[in-house]
Amino acid sequence: MSPKDTQDKSHNDSPPSQGVNRREFLRRLGITGGGIVVFSPFGPKASWAQRRRTLSRSGFLSANVPTDFNAFLRISADNRVTCLTGKIEMGQGVITSLPQMLAEELDVPYESVDIILGDTDLCPWDAGTFGSLTTPYFGTFLREAAAEAKGVLKELAAERFNCPVSQVKTKDGTAFNKKNPSDKVTYGELTQGKIIERHLDEIPLLKKPDQFTIVGTPRLSRDVEDKVTGRAKYAGDIRLPNMLYARILRPPAHGAGLKSADTTEAEKIKGVKVIRDRRLIAVLHELPDVAEEALEKVRAEYDLPEPAVDNTSIFKHLEDSAPSGQVFKAKGSLETGQKLSAKNFTATYLNHYVAHAPMEPHTAVVQIEGDKAIAWISTQTPFWAKRDVARALRFPSENVRVITPFVGGGFGGKTSNQQAVEAARLAKLAGRPVQVAWSRKEEFFYDSFRPAAIIKVESGLDLSNRIAYWDYDNYFAGTRSSQPVYDIPHLRVMSRGGWMSAGRAHPFRVGAWRGPGSNTNVFAMESQVDLMAEAAGLDPLEFRLKNLKDKRMRRVLLAVSEKFGHSFAKAPSEKGYGLACSDYHGTYVAAAAQVSVDKKTGRIQAERVVLAQDMGQIINPAGAEAQMEGCVTMGLGYCFTEEIRFKGGQVLDENFDTYELPRFSWLPKIETVLINNPAMDPQGGGEPPITVMGAVMANAVYDAIGVRLFELPMTPARIKKALG
Amino acid sequence: MAGAVNFTLNNKPVSLDLDTSRPLLWVLRTDLNLTGARYGCGQGLCGTCTVLVNNQARRSCVMSMAEVQGAEVMTVEGLAGDGKLHPLQKAFIKHDAMQCGFCTSGMIMSAYGLLKRNPSPERSEIIDGMEGNLCRCSSYTRIVQAIQTAAVEMGRRRKT
Repeated sequence: MSPKDTQDKSHNDSPPSQGVNRREFLRRLGITGGGIVVFSPFGPKASWAQRRRTLSRSGFLSANVPTDFNAFLRISADNRVTCLTGKIEMGQGVITSLPQMLAEELDVPYESVDIILGDTDLCPWDAGTFGSLTTPYFGTFLREAAAEAKGVLKELAAERFNCPVSQVKTKDGTAFNKKNPSDKVTYGELTQGKIIERHLDEIPLLKKPDQFTIVGTPRLSRDVEDKVTGRAKYAGDIRLPNMLYARILRPPAHGAGLKSADTTEAEKIKGVKVIRDRRLIAVLHELPDVAEEALEKVRAEYDLPEPAVDNTSIFKHLEDSAPSGQVFKAKGSLETGQKLSAKNFTATYLNHYVAHAPMEPHTAVVQIEGDKAIAWISTQTPFWAKRDVARALRFPSENVRVITPFVGGGFGGKTSNQQAVEAARLAKLAGRPVQVAWSRKEEFFYDSFRPAAIIKVESGLDLSNRIAYWDYDNYFAGTRSSQPVYDIPHLRVMSRGGWMSAGRAHPFRVGAWRGPGSNTNVFAMESQVDLMAEAAGLDPLEFRLKNLKDKRMRRVLLAVSEKFGHSFAKAPSEKGYGLACSDYHGTYVAAAAQVSVDKKTGRIQAERVVLAQDMGQIINPAGAEAQMEGCVTMGLGYCFTEEIRFKGGQVLDENFDTYELPRFSWLPKIETVLINNPAMDPQGGGEPPITVMGAVMANAVYDAIGVRLFELPMTPARIKKALG
Repeated sequence: MAGAVNFTLNNKPVSLDLDTSRPLLWVLRTDLNLTGARYGCGQGLCGTCTVLVNNQARRSCVMSMAEVQGAEVMTVEGLAGDGKLHPLQKAFIKHDAMQCGFCTSGMIMSAYGLLKRNPSPERSEIIDGMEGNLCRCSSYTRIVQAIQTAAVEMGRRRKT
């Protein structure tokens, strides 16, 4: 991941202050007085510096993470453990996998661990939940905190048993003297009535994978019972006394200027409160449907800019407005590679804007009491929301508490918090708690889309059918996964504009979309590889293996083809088989698929998708498989239908009637293979599998009908047009 | 139009004086504080707000209170009886048939409507019957499996 890819401009500002001292932290946890806590800072500064170095590639992700392990966990008198994390749960399963990691390292039963997520008063600072980074980064912090806590507990036990620390062992939340097993004490008893400040001279070694008993075993998601009974609370389910529901006047297009707004008719509705604050015009009511009715009565006029671009002209526009390219990767000399080439391949790959479309639109509730505010927000970035809400209210950051209930899907779209700022401003002006819940139309309008992007590739094969060179020019996709996994002696990968820092090229906001950059890059790269495989007269697996030394990727490809169970043949075989692979932040994925194409209607049906994934150590295999399955079907959307239609700043797709999401009838048979690779540290799993979907579907469609589509989504119209 | 609406909600009689053109979804979520049915699209396009009305799965976001007059309404909150989870709820748990969970209430209530109509559906009938419910996390495979499991369990209960 390049720094460019990770640094949203809004995330570059100074981080929200912790603003909570230890006493206040403990008070908020309700564990002062008779409560019990082991209090110990992380090791001496030298160790901390070393730790920071080992995690330095995480950059801003770790910069403001607390060093005190009490920020990550607490042990209560009854020996229950609470895992504290600034991460949030949006379906990706960290509510389950993080307690597994904590329980493993601390040596407590998994069932004894509770978890608090995304509460900025209780949880350690966190950069946000995105990029499949929770397990590799936060997971590491959590494990280290647990390891140090366990080390301190062992010292306390050794003092109690009057034995050397080396004699103390831990198991199931208990420390005991291995030479005298009757000497034993629970963690809770050990710290009874004391707040102990102590640190270890060295950060203890983390457990080795062969010592794991909790990590690596499948666990059912912790939140299932709450979710099947309707008890699970999302931001829109928060009910406060005196709360008002706000509906906000929205422009018909991005860039439209408000000329006038007449709220007279809206104000006639009983109980309606109209708020005008600069450009923010809102109607509020104790009932959301009445607020909606009132909004419909607001008469507004706008100056509409002349639409400059639409979804048919966007690619030319992007090419024209692209900044100069920057070299992302380079090796050898393209000129030499071109001279060595016997066959050359030139292609341009396109993909359109794609919406996140979580089932839960952006929602926030803000309550202000005196100079303090609490905000319940549907967000992937609670600590940035805290800063944003504080700024909107002109409150010091420490006076704002963000609580993140369950998040109803995010996929990268809930990393900015406009709705929370709106709710905060309105709550202040109304003097009452306010809920802002976007309608589906607002969600389509203000969502940051996955950017439309262009990839131009030139490549060549030498006489022995090895890839001789690779010249890759990327417009606006972002660089992630654009590093070829193949052995190519001469290559250059250029990037023009990332998925966030695109300036004014796009008519609306773009941003991270599950596997940002990678979906586009892998579509282009792995389609291009298939072009070359066919010209080489080789089947797609054989060609890949011939050009691939990376042992991990070879293993993933072989695993997926074995599970697939059919031999690949030189395309087009008319069987509709496809193959593709991807390296996403170190998680390796390969997909094999079978599709059928109705040439009359142009409709594609994915019949079967097999995925193999090497994510290093696997924390919760059940959760990893669920993510893989979800990625397959969600990914079919950007393959087949999902494309934002727009005219200038006007977003024409406003709901699920025209913007088609995958649904039950699209379901392929899905099979998953998890590669056992305990020697590698755990990598992320929420996004990687979706990144192969564009390529594997395009390759399978080509194998089925002998026609290749270079533009996603492969709509029926585009298939029919390509067939001629 | 203001008026009285009398109906049964989760087996209990309810009487409300309100504007009868108001959507059932918002009356459930605000006036009655039952937040299990949720807003996803507001136009009956996603199924997230599904409840049972007279044993049929209906989109509560596009159903007026006038239409509920005299009807039996059941929401996800009414599914578990005597503190015991319904076979559909158990099956959704068994198959871990959700991720973010936002669509889950609607999925379960749509499935309940489907099984009331067709107690032992084929896989293809489940897919047809659930086609109007969207799950962006795409837990579809597991939801189909959960409905199959629940259908068997509900059939077994009917026989015993």
